[in-house]
Amino acid sequence: MPKVIPVPDELSQPFWDAVNERRLVLQNCAACDKLQYPPQAACQVCGSADGLEWKEVEGKGHVATYIVIEDGRLNRRMPDQPYNLALVTLDQDPTVNFYSNLPGVPAYQAPVGAAVELTFEEVAPGQLIHEWRVAQ
Amino acid sequence: MTSSNNFQWRRDRDGLGVWEHRGKVAVVGYGHSPVDRRWDGVNLDTSLGAYTIMACEKAMEQAGVTIDQVDGIVCCDSHIAGGSGGSASNWAPRPYFDPPYDSEYGITLINAQWLINAMGFKNVRFAPTGVPTIGEMMGMASQAVGDGVCNTCLVIYPTGNLEGRYRRGGENADDFARGARQWTVPWGNHGGNDFINIFPHNQYCLKYGGEHDDLAPFVINQHKNGMLTLWGFNYNHGIEPISVEDYKTSRYILNPLRIWDCDRPVNASAAYLFTTAERAQDMKSQPVYVLNHSQHNFRFRTTQPDLDEVEMWTDRQAARMYEGAGLGPADVDIFNPYDGYSIMTQFFLEGFQWHGVKRGDAFAFYAGDISVKGPHPFFSSGGNLGNGRTRSAMYTDSIEQLRGTAGDRQVTVRAETALCAFTTPSSGGWLMLGKYQS
Repeated sequence: MPKVIPVPDELSQPFWDAVNERRLVLQNCAACDKLQYPPQAACQVCGSADGLEWKEVEGKGHVATYIVIEDGRLNRRMPDQPYNLALVTLDQDPTVNFYSNLPGVPAYQAPVGAAVELTFEEVAPGQLIHEWRVAQ
Repeated sequence: MTSSNNFQWRRDRDGLGVWEHRGKVAVVGYGHSPVDRRWDGVNLDTSLGAYTIMACEKAMEQAGVTIDQVDGIVCCDSHIAGGSGGSASNWAPRPYFDPPYDSEYGITLINAQWLINAMGFKNVRFAPTGVPTIGEMMGMASQAVGDGVCNTCLVIYPTGNLEGRYRRGGENADDFARGARQWTVPWGNHGGNDFINIFPHNQYCLKYGGEHDDLAPFVINQHKNGMLTLWGFNYNHGIEPISVEDYKTSRYILNPLRIWDCDRPVNASAAYLFTTAERAQDMKSQPVYVLNHSQHNFRFRTTQPDLDEVEMWTDRQAARMYEGAGLGPADVDIFNPYDGYSIMTQFFLEGFQWHGVKRGDAFAFYAGDISVKGPHPFFSSGGNLGNGRTRSAMYTDSIEQLRGTAGDRQVTVRAETALCAFTTPSSGGWLMLGKYQS
């Protein structure tokens, strides 16, 4: 069953545009040199909106931990149950994290601590989302 | 009506010092409706509106206060399911009923204006709109009474539940994820404190050792305490106590989160009556005094809070509360934090260092004697897990313990101060109560 489809808004449009080009870009505050994700209207450290810029990051991370969704409430994902939901930290800044279903990894077998790399998955024609797969 | 935004009542910053109204505000009454699993959509005598009126009447009766004497009403008008629960503000059967049940208000939601009309309050001068949940409402009322914004204030927390509504439909049935959901829902996280807290809980197990099922003694004890709570859901619905085996073989929701780690949504209402310590002396009930209130609403730094953030947040909550009350961990006799999901409770226990429990010690503490008759009567209310998701058991038990009226739940250790809350690690509020004013 396809995943739920994200709907970009004014703030997130540049992010999803980049994802659709198979690139991962995050907000970076020029003053603080701090990455932030998800995008926000201002830097969460200094509060400045002016210094925020989009910065492409290296798609490498690690699996911090994971759960298995056995009884979730999303209609569209119920046929997929049980499935992994992992927490992936970004190597470039481990305080930034992402969710991942770890495509290709059977439920209950997510390797905690393993290195992962960025991949992309089409959830609707022309709409990709960012995903993470275990590094070979 | 007054907007809550017009009244600066929050104590939600670090370093605010001792609360200026410490011991000058009192809780003088409480009332509970029956706690049903759901409303049947038919019987108006068991509707959320009827149950709320009943709870208010009980709270006033306990203190000997009449409707004409009430000049403040603080009522939460949001839904327990929240925005992610589907069509959360659009739950009631159609067509609506005759007044006062001719809209969602009175059936699935309650606000101050509906209560004023339905119960005939005539002298209310403080009835804010946009009221937050009970964890913050208790502080809002305390500050309002302390500041003289009102003098005799009802705090009401209705929790409505109907068949087939909770977390179903609405956004969860949508093929698209909008707003903040675009960052979580495509991967399966539809929101809620089960999702928010299960990841830091897993990290907790990894960091300190132990496993998820080490929560079993705590969950079982919550059920035991619930069976000693005469107004609660478990006591009144024949919920059998669970064993370690029952717990460990129960089904998973968000593995490792089990069904018994989750509270049971219910249809119920609770009310509390606040007034000044001075006026409380003339009322027929035994007052308990507010020694501090505090709130917090910490911003997530990224998609998912991790263990470091959760520990930092709960440390700050504890520091704010202890500073404002002029007390420390060793001064707290009764400790009723929050257990809507069992996986978050250890963060509060360790952050507040109740009975000397430090980071990483909670599972060993749970494995000891935490019964209400023992030396460490942790969470004597039974919380939500023992009583249903009323989010009020923590407050009522704290009042009863200080009054010495908790019946079979009455602790055998000293009961002169109590900490109670409806809170998550990221947002909510705390209340410190005292048997004495200072």
